[in-house]
Amino acid sequence: MSNNKDSMLFNITPFLFGGLFLLGLVAPFMAYPVLVMKILCFGLFACAFNLLLGFAGLLSFGHAAFLGTAGYICGIMVRDVGVTPEVGILAGTLAAGALGWVFGVLAIRRTGIYFAMITLALSQMVYFLVLQWKVTGGEDGLQGVPRGHLFGIVDLSNTLSMYYLVFAVFCLGFFIIHRTVNSPFGQILKAIRENEPRAISLGYDVAKFKLMAFVISASLAGMAGATKTLVFQLASLTDVHWHMSGEVVLMTLLGGLGTILGPLVGAGTIVALQSELADTVGSWVTVIMGVIFVLCVLLFRRGIVGEIQALVKRAGIH
Amino acid sequence: MSNKKLTTLACTAAFAMMSAGAQAQISGNVVKIGVLTDLSGTYSDLSGSGAVLATQMAIDDFIAKEKPGFKIEMVSADHQNKADIASTKAREWFDREGVDTATELVTTSVALAVMKVAKEKDKIALMSGPASTPITNEECNDVTVHYTYDTYALANGTAKAVTQQGGKTWFFLTADYAFGQSLEAQSSAVVTANGGKVLGSVRHPFPGSDFSSFLLKAQASGAQVIGLANAGADTANSIKQAAEFGITPKQSLAGLLMFITDVHSLGLKPTQGMYLTTGFYWDRNEETRAWSKRFFAKQKKMPTMVQAGQYSSVYHYLLAVKAAGTDDTKKVMAMMKKTPINDFFAKNGRIREDGRMIHDMYLVQVKKPSESQYPWDYYTVKATIPADEAFQPLSQSKCPLVKK
Amino acid sequence: MSEIFGIPTALLGSQLLVGLINGSFYAILSLGLAIIFGLLNIINFAHGAQYMMGAFVAWIGLTKFGINYWVSLLLAPILVGAVGVVLERTLLSRLYKLDHLYGLLLTFGLALIIEGVFRDQYGISGLSYDVPDALAGGVNLGFMFMPIYRGWVVVAALAVCFGTWFMIERTKLGAYLRAGTENPQIVQALGINVPLLITFTYGYGVALAAFAGVLAAPVFQVNPLMGSNLIIVVFAVVVIGGMGSILGSIVTGIGLGLIEGLTKVFYPEGSSVVVFVIMVIVLLVRPAGLFGKA
Repeated sequence: MSNNKDSMLFNITPFLFGGLFLLGLVAPFMAYPVLVMKILCFGLFACAFNLLLGFAGLLSFGHAAFLGTAGYICGIMVRDVGVTPEVGILAGTLAAGALGWVFGVLAIRRTGIYFAMITLALSQMVYFLVLQWKVTGGEDGLQGVPRGHLFGIVDLSNTLSMYYLVFAVFCLGFFIIHRTVNSPFGQILKAIRENEPRAISLGYDVAKFKLMAFVISASLAGMAGATKTLVFQLASLTDVHWHMSGEVVLMTLLGGLGTILGPLVGAGTIVALQSELADTVGSWVTVIMGVIFVLCVLLFRRGIVGEIQALVKRAGIH
Repeated sequence: MSNKKLTTLACTAAFAMMSAGAQAQISGNVVKIGVLTDLSGTYSDLSGSGAVLATQMAIDDFIAKEKPGFKIEMVSADHQNKADIASTKAREWFDREGVDTATELVTTSVALAVMKVAKEKDKIALMSGPASTPITNEECNDVTVHYTYDTYALANGTAKAVTQQGGKTWFFLTADYAFGQSLEAQSSAVVTANGGKVLGSVRHPFPGSDFSSFLLKAQASGAQVIGLANAGADTANSIKQAAEFGITPKQSLAGLLMFITDVHSLGLKPTQGMYLTTGFYWDRNEETRAWSKRFFAKQKKMPTMVQAGQYSSVYHYLLAVKAAGTDDTKKVMAMMKKTPINDFFAKNGRIREDGRMIHDMYLVQVKKPSESQYPWDYYTVKATIPADEAFQPLSQSKCPLVKK
Repeated sequence: MSEIFGIPTALLGSQLLVGLINGSFYAILSLGLAIIFGLLNIINFAHGAQYMMGAFVAWIGLTKFGINYWVSLLLAPILVGAVGVVLERTLLSRLYKLDHLYGLLLTFGLALIIEGVFRDQYGISGLSYDVPDALAGGVNLGFMFMPIYRGWVVVAALAVCFGTWFMIERTKLGAYLRAGTENPQIVQALGINVPLLITFTYGYGVALAAFAGVLAAPVFQVNPLMGSNLIIVVFAVVVIGGMGSILGSIVTGIGLGLIEGLTKVFYPEGSSVVVFVIMVIVLLVRPAGLFGKA
């Protein structure tokens, strides 16, 4: 019975992904494209974060550093060096990956709460560097980044071309994450999450796997950040501030920790909420975010997608 | 007789048609003003909900007084000091909600982001809150008005006055980021130009909370004046701790970017005797008092220069729309630049080609607690700095729109 | 004037003293975090918000009810501690069976809520709290003008820190606590009410934060965000010290305050990151922290 249901779920997945892919293709005609692009960028960011927390059990409280660093690097490359957008994104991604390696080497020396605090402290350091460094524009942010021409051909100042680039980047990132999770490497990560001593005793070099997961996650977070810079044509301190690190935790938690689609759903909800709340409640935005956080932790730990999955499962048994 | 009546009638009809024609040029016959401000963060006291209120007051007053043939609507949003949220919101307003102008825009990162969106979408950005000079220099464009003040005007006014009154040696306490550094550079130039000498400076992390180490350095320098090239909570804490360590009143402080809300929150005891420059003080004359009391009745706080400037800029914008008979960006901008500004906020104010609105600024000194007779009685106006001296001269402008 | 490395000794001395004062705040906050962590195994992200609440209680007490500084010094920790107890009983206690990270996330959410509410009520500019009359003014130490209040901060903070250390190391209650940290099941089996002990501990840790807040009120502007940036530095302090020992967190706090003070003399631009740099070095050399058990 349960086997049957699993295979049924398994059969649904391609259709679900296919449907979502189609939805992504037509989304700019149904909703406000800039908002959808923002959701996709943050969605990828959250998915990258989820790779670490949801599948490897590592809570990084410093992921804003990767999002922001890549954003700034991409912005500087495109605006000041004059490279094409895809090179900018690539440069941002690599920079975030390299930073991720540095963070990772230091942070994986400890686990659990220490790990979270170390990543937080390291990202705070990045924040101060970005703030003081002249090239980043400090408090003013890096402004006026041109979107440029993709491969020197496609003009990205056209909203639709920009959208499809963002969508393509998202799909690529999402595919990488999906592959990683379902690969033997992903299985080992899960094993480490569930029982680290056992994974060690099985002969796995746990530190190496954790570091690899960290670097992949940081790179993809960077890819999201670099793309975001092109969309908004700016990078600002918000992207490297620790509140951003908190926000991505919230997105992932709200959407569903350790589910493949959860982070995207969470990011969509939070971004849409922020955009809507900005007009209506003004100063209560932070409080509402806090309340959602508390409710998620107390009552709703599976998140939106997790709850739906549980519901489907229960329905399947009946 | 009947002939004359007929003529009058015809004239009226023609006039009505003409004005209808003019109205037709206003998209949807609605002028929509977006107030994009900080409702929850660092700048919410000096702009925030007070700026939204000021906008509403300007709209109400305009309708009551000018009886325009078009409707006026306001939308407001909290940009949370995030440039990306601000730019998304502005885009959405311009693209989807028919907003004609995004206003207020406190904090420079937001201002720079939104003015670029406005240029792209051919809409107007009216800025009252942000302080940085790049808005009308390197980054300037022809759809932006920088209305109330900027760091040049504040630093220039205060540094010049204090140096001329005998504060010849200076030491700067500077917030270590672009804004603080430019404030320091601008003030240093003014101090030197007026025969003063800058003995040194110390950069403090931003944001900081403990400034005592840096203040002790300033004290050791022996400078007569300690220039505070920082803002908000950093300035407040510097002032408080300077008093605590007995640095004031032996050495005096000059706040280079201070608002009445800062004085209000610190109280007069640590701030007394400080010089600062402001674009508006509520208790300056009958006109400012009358408006400010109306504001106070609703907000329970006296207006800052940002909030007063917000009212003035929105009112000026609406007048220009009415006079031009259109909400077309080019025509409205031309009208705004052509028409001088005369209200409680500014006398003979005008908008230059770089987008800078120039008007008289005021050098004020903070009162002693014993001199303050009623709530919000904080300043003595020491001097009026004429518009042409208050702001950066066009000859120094780095704005490409300025023809030299 | 004599000099060390080109810096006048007078300036050096005064900077060290200032560093000591900041170190006292770090010590008292990291102590609170360490106590809570010891028994509950959670990092209290709301610690900064609770520190801010302490300052606000003092301010509200003075302006609305005329309660003076000395009473506030006692009252604010009790009130804020009581709020902490309620939070622990109603919310935190539901999470003990789960991954400890949930505790961190919950307190993070709480910090957002608390700060948001205070910001909405009191604005952002900050409020002034005067130094109590008995401690106003300062003394000239020859090399610097030392505000009496700052001296009091050091004395009060050290007294509370060492009082806490004594209570934990030398009293029966402390013995239960230490035992509870080592092995809660056995302590429970021995007939000691562990949940009560946990509640008390959380309340006490929160009260310490509030106490620091009251101490800070006359020094800094009372501002809804006064705790949120401080707390990250304190986290780094905790990582450096390792949370294993009470004395360790006190010593680390004070030591880092001094180092930060020195940085402000030699390289002010680096003073905001020096604690984090030290954290990196310590992690490379001694991952468990200076006083931690590996």
